[in-house]
Amino acid sequence: MQKRLIVSNQLLQIMLERLAQQLIENHHDFSNSVILGLQPRGIFVAERLQKILQRIVGSPIRTGRLDITFHRDDFRRRENPLMANATQIDFIIENQQVILVDDVLYTGRSVRAALDAMIAYGRPQKVELLVLIDRRYSRDLPIEATYIGQQVNSLSSQRVLVEWRTPETSEDNIWLITKTEEK
Amino acid sequence: MQELSVRHLLGIKEITPADIQLIFETADNFKEVLNRPIKKVPSLRDITIANVFFENSTRTRLSFELAQKRLSADIVNFSASGSSVKKGETLLDTVNNILAMKVDMIVMRHASAGAPHFLSKHIKANVVNAGDGTHEHPTQALLDAFSIREKLGEVAGKKIAIIGDILHSRVALSNIFALQKLGAEVMVCGPVTLLPRYISALGVKVELNVRKALEWCDVANVLRIQLERQQMKYFPSLREYTLYYGIDKKLLDSLNKEIVIMHPGPINRGVELSSDAADSQQAIILNQVENGVAIRMAVLYLLASRV
Repeated sequence: MQKRLIVSNQLLQIMLERLAQQLIENHHDFSNSVILGLQPRGIFVAERLQKILQRIVGSPIRTGRLDITFHRDDFRRRENPLMANATQIDFIIENQQVILVDDVLYTGRSVRAALDAMIAYGRPQKVELLVLIDRRYSRDLPIEATYIGQQVNSLSSQRVLVEWRTPETSEDNIWLITKTEEK
Repeated sequence: MQELSVRHLLGIKEITPADIQLIFETADNFKEVLNRPIKKVPSLRDITIANVFFENSTRTRLSFELAQKRLSADIVNFSASGSSVKKGETLLDTVNNILAMKVDMIVMRHASAGAPHFLSKHIKANVVNAGDGTHEHPTQALLDAFSIREKLGEVAGKKIAIIGDILHSRVALSNIFALQKLGAEVMVCGPVTLLPRYISALGVKVELNVRKALEWCDVANVLRIQLERQQMKYFPSLREYTLYYGIDKKLLDSLNKEIVIMHPGPINRGVELSSDAADSQQAIILNQVENGVAIRMAVLYLLASRV
């Protein structure tokens, strides 16, 4: 397995700040906008953005967690069953501007499932998509992000891993992982 | 990723504590789904389920049907009355004819103990036991344990008394297996004529005095007197049963603690449970019904991944 660093800790902080500024440009004080982080890994991006936005805007930013497990199209087509995560949406999304947040945009199928799952909570006025990494030329569906941290060219055999800071690791990093055949 | 260790849900005896925990965790998520404005997910949209009921049922059948619809499954309902069974068709022929219509799962209730086990050995579809005679009723036990976990935080270490007609109850046996697998202490209480002779071999305490049972337990799961299954007189009269084993608010208030009251339904009001006890704050009977849908959704969802 080969790991190549595609976004360093320092660059990731800059990227998150930029994305937050782009969001403020379109959503101003967020009085009519909400953020939904996609379970399982989009929630970490959403939480980071929420902190940055609250620091800049100076008021609470409504942020929820959306689980898409029961809306995926690959149930019973995988080796292992899909385990669900919690959905936590403590606000009404009816007529709100919703920003869906995920870490990586790959085939677009997760986003399709998220749109499906989100509709169960109401009819948003508008939906946008924010991703940290957009894997270009990999889409199975006509879905594109509104806000992108960085675009990368990758092979289908590769994987993008977003590593968040933990008590053990002091840095946030994004890696491109290539599985190597053992000879 | 976890998955169930079984292809069928035939009884609690066949599943592991890890299976039960997985069902509970999945049911937690489905409870959230059931509280959404749109209470439907498309998970089982390519699955067809047959509800094959050879015995009367209201709650269980409705609960399964609702769970299936919430998961977007296609369903067909079969009841023995007015069917070819009355013309002499065997169980296996009946089910095979249903399966020939490309059905993926069978939810079955049958008057004979072991009927779903027999079926699971002869057909390819997944089988869910919705009650087989006086043997097991696994989804009822799962929802009972899930309701205890929801009310008291956990099942492990809790004391649960199952009170009433243990002899004719499939709920009792499934409950004993489920609660013990989750680390609870179980007691059975009822007239000696309604207790199976060797019930203590299952590792349960046996108590004949209802007051002592209530003083011992954290949760009382009160069972219905199943007159439809009783082939002989097991007690002199319903009035006498109520006098000695009926639970009312006065009895509950006289205890030195507040216990949780459960009942799998349907209640014989004024027999095993008085109205003031069944409708009191201590009773979680309607929570059990609500949890039944989430638990059955979880069971169907997890089994469907093995279709």
